[in-house]
Amino acid sequence: MEVAKIYRISGPVVVAQGLKARMYDLVKVGEEELMGEVIQISGDKVTIQVYEETTGLKPGEKVSNTGKPLSIFLGPGMLGQIYDGIQRPLPVLVKQMGNFILRGADVPGLDVKKKWKFNATVKKGDKVSGGDVIGTVKETENIVHKIMIPPTITGKVSHKIKKIKSGSFTVKETIGELDNGEKLYLGHYWPVRRPRPSKEKLFPEIPLITGQRLQDTFFPIAKGGTGSIPGPFGSGKTVTQQQLAKWSDAEIVVYIGCGERGNEMTEVLTEFPELQDVKTGRPLMERTVLIANTSNMPVAAREASIYTGMTIAEYFRDQGYDVSLMADSTSRWAEAMREISSRLEEMPGEEGYPAYLAARLAEFYERAGRVSCLGSDKKRIGSVTAIGAVSPPGGDFSEPVTQNTLKITKVFWALDAKLAHRRHFPAINWLNSYSLYNEPLKQWYVDNVSKDSIYLRTKAMNILQKEDELQEIVQLVGSDSLPEKERLTLEIARIIREAFLQQNAFHEIDSFCSLKKQSGLLKAIISFGDLAENAVDKGVSVEAVTNIESKNELVKARLIEEKNFNKKISEISEKIEKEVNGLIGG
Amino acid sequence: MKEYKTISKVAGPLIFVEKTHDVSFGELVEIDLGSEKKNGQVLDTSEDVVVVQVFEGTSGIEKASTVKFTGKTIRLGVSKDLLGRVFSGLGKPIDKGPEIIPKEKKDVNGAAINPFSRDSPKDFIQTGISTIDGMNTLVKGQKLPIFSGSGLPHNEIALQIARQSKAKGGNFAVVFGAMGITSEEAQQFIRDFEETGALERTAIFLNLADDPAIERLITPRMVLTTAEYLAFEEKMDVLVILTDMTNYCEALREIGAAREEVPGRRGYPGYMYTDLASIYERAGLIKNKQGSVTQVPILTMPGDDITNPVPDLTGYITEGQIVLGRDLNRKGIMPPIDVLPCLSRLMNAGIGPKQTREDHKAVSNQLYAAYAEGRDLRGLVTIVGEEAMSDRDKRFLKFADNFEQKFIAQGNHENRSIDDTLNLGWDLLSLLPRTELTRIDEELIEKYYTEKPVEENVQEQKPEEKEKETVTEKE
Repeated sequence: MEVAKIYRISGPVVVAQGLKARMYDLVKVGEEELMGEVIQISGDKVTIQVYEETTGLKPGEKVSNTGKPLSIFLGPGMLGQIYDGIQRPLPVLVKQMGNFILRGADVPGLDVKKKWKFNATVKKGDKVSGGDVIGTVKETENIVHKIMIPPTITGKVSHKIKKIKSGSFTVKETIGELDNGEKLYLGHYWPVRRPRPSKEKLFPEIPLITGQRLQDTFFPIAKGGTGSIPGPFGSGKTVTQQQLAKWSDAEIVVYIGCGERGNEMTEVLTEFPELQDVKTGRPLMERTVLIANTSNMPVAAREASIYTGMTIAEYFRDQGYDVSLMADSTSRWAEAMREISSRLEEMPGEEGYPAYLAARLAEFYERAGRVSCLGSDKKRIGSVTAIGAVSPPGGDFSEPVTQNTLKITKVFWALDAKLAHRRHFPAINWLNSYSLYNEPLKQWYVDNVSKDSIYLRTKAMNILQKEDELQEIVQLVGSDSLPEKERLTLEIARIIREAFLQQNAFHEIDSFCSLKKQSGLLKAIISFGDLAENAVDKGVSVEAVTNIESKNELVKARLIEEKNFNKKISEISEKIEKEVNGLIGG
Repeated sequence: MKEYKTISKVAGPLIFVEKTHDVSFGELVEIDLGSEKKNGQVLDTSEDVVVVQVFEGTSGIEKASTVKFTGKTIRLGVSKDLLGRVFSGLGKPIDKGPEIIPKEKKDVNGAAINPFSRDSPKDFIQTGISTIDGMNTLVKGQKLPIFSGSGLPHNEIALQIARQSKAKGGNFAVVFGAMGITSEEAQQFIRDFEETGALERTAIFLNLADDPAIERLITPRMVLTTAEYLAFEEKMDVLVILTDMTNYCEALREIGAAREEVPGRRGYPGYMYTDLASIYERAGLIKNKQGSVTQVPILTMPGDDITNPVPDLTGYITEGQIVLGRDLNRKGIMPPIDVLPCLSRLMNAGIGPKQTREDHKAVSNQLYAAYAEGRDLRGLVTIVGEEAMSDRDKRFLKFADNFEQKFIAQGNHENRSIDDTLNLGWDLLSLLPRTELTRIDEELIEKYYTEKPVEENVQEQKPEEKEKETVTEKE
């Protein structure tokens, strides 16, 4: 057989001649065996995107096919790990090649030497099929890693376990065998571009609680939902993403730093191990998988990083966990596609992006969802909530990546440079944002937070809406010429903005706000509004009402600790009532 | 070494060579014209044709010219002797000094720092400029660009930063790279560095406006290779200043057009983000190593448009930005830093009780909020007049004016310590009523705030405003 060799090299794209390959096969390119993936076949030429730096490659060097698609190794040992775009653990790369990323390293995604204590939950003779849990490994203090029959082992007849034993194993040692001779391991491979199967998709009806007031109260996202955070640079996309990663009540967080800054990943790496999970009190890192393919790392691996992250998220979902997946930023992913596409000299679509951009985005977000997991047990339910940051060039939301993302995602948190400039954080514009989960989650809020939570939200939103309308008039004539009542609306809106919508991600207490606290705070503000309106109706001036002493306490109430909050906020409310009603008499 | 005389096409800065054998991607090429030699780099290689970009421009190249493929990538010889010297954009000494005897030769393209090896930036750099230190703090290992426009004094600011910057440790060096600047500007830079004695801790790489544009693609890489060497092998804290990145991007566009690539926004190539990242990301700290590379790239926004691809893509990679304002410049405020669109993403890491002062963050936030409010109100004043404003609004207006005149304006040679800057901030905040300081914790207000009496604040007006009033009266 003739040996395949390199014909042409142009940046991350290499053309090989004489290679027998299928689309998306993983190939090894050149003497150094750089990893690459087949992305086009034409005659006897095969186009390959290479995941590593190609400088120094020569035409004529050999190319070989592994015959398998790009797959990642799933099993115990992923939590707390940091990977590059093709699941190579970065700490291992440091050991192999020092502080800078060189090339040619082939490193397995899981530590193959580490022994895990496996606890079998099935026994010889049990019937199993793809997705069934056969045992557990306690991976971290709070996460029990469930070992499953790989979903690839299917068929109408379920198989019987022939052998299985508990004990200490590495991910590559056999833990058992099926009656058809198939061996069982702690880990298995899965091709990243193929969604992992599930029994059925369920309707999203439980919110993902983020501890962020604006998100939870006004624009909630459901577990298994999809959301997007578009915003110009400097508007706080990354901080918002990180806040969600830190505080959301998902059990597993997969954070993909796709084409972003190196220092940002370092920040996550230094911060997460120190931060505590609100629910369990354990370091956040123990429930987190990080994927870092920074902007100066090879562009093809950036393209793959999104799929790698999603596959890991789906794997934990299949174990029955609620997973939230953050992709920062999907625009960089789209740009990677554009770069590869232009090297292939494909006919471009809008703004040079490939014509299949919309389809790829849709495919990605469609892999999110709340599902009933594969397997013969009934109750296992898991979810993947996908939240993608979008970085529109020039902050222009009409560009293709933002538009195509909005078509698919259900929640839109619109970041606004203007708010960021005046240091209103989170700089999410409350008038432009929306959540299509408000309706399906309504009942949950009424049942679990408080009966009036929907009323409060609507009322507050109306005030903010009204403020926006009034602002236009104020721009023209000044606020002094408005009627008293409307001036009061402006003041109340200001309080909502400063005391509720603003949330300081770097403040020890303010960073996280429970749903009860959110609801209590909003209630106090709205009832202050009602009292003030009543007073103004009875002839008290707006200045007098808004200058009462207890108003300042209300504005700073968001900084009260959770445990004292109920007591303190009712004290403040009482004081306000006394003060405002006192004004009416005088 | 392989030599060919098979040039089939010359187009713009590119030459196409046929019938080559095993030419590697990215290798260095020498072109011999008989009378002179030029250098180039392989951009695309295959068995049929090799595309080479020529750094010195293609003028004089004919089909019979000899093309030599060296088999090596572009390298720069580095040593500590680079400090105090001036080089061309391709790293040749142009200050009449001796050749550098390199300690080692480094590939100028560098390699990405493994994110896991990075250390998080946390050390404050004092630039002596209030708007930067106080509100957009620069931190060791950060990349913080200056977005400027034609005719704005970005060069002066760059020099001021290069001159005044200091950080704990003290082993400080500056590597300065100029792409496509005029020889007049170049002289100004060199003279300033010489006069202030800063030259001895500085290495300068100059690509002038009349040098071939393609050379500009290599200059920043030379600069960063030098910086990385000084930082990570000589343990120095290196500040890199690159000006003007817009010229760099234009050179990139030129290459893209010559290769007939599908263009992205405004004709810039679709891979510009990746290309810029390969420059800007070469900043940072490495765990267990002493030095650091901090970048302050400067770019002029064409038509003052921040959404232009050059500032836009830069902003997405860098950790914040310093934006210059034409309005402030017209008012004669120096440095004309328009703080509202400015941002330093790493600021929080570099401030606080251990680095600067406990009140730093709160003061900065409050100054931002108050100045934004004051600026908004200015729009209102022009419509309704000052009489119609409430007392509160007047105080904010007054604050905004004072903020510009005292805090932003400080001149080219004033070097303010961080204490001076923060005290000045409190001084200005005292123009506002205490209840308006919603971004500051009570304890800090207690410690630092002294309210100025209302009357003194509001009635005292600046002379020019009085003039305006008299004009209205006459009418």
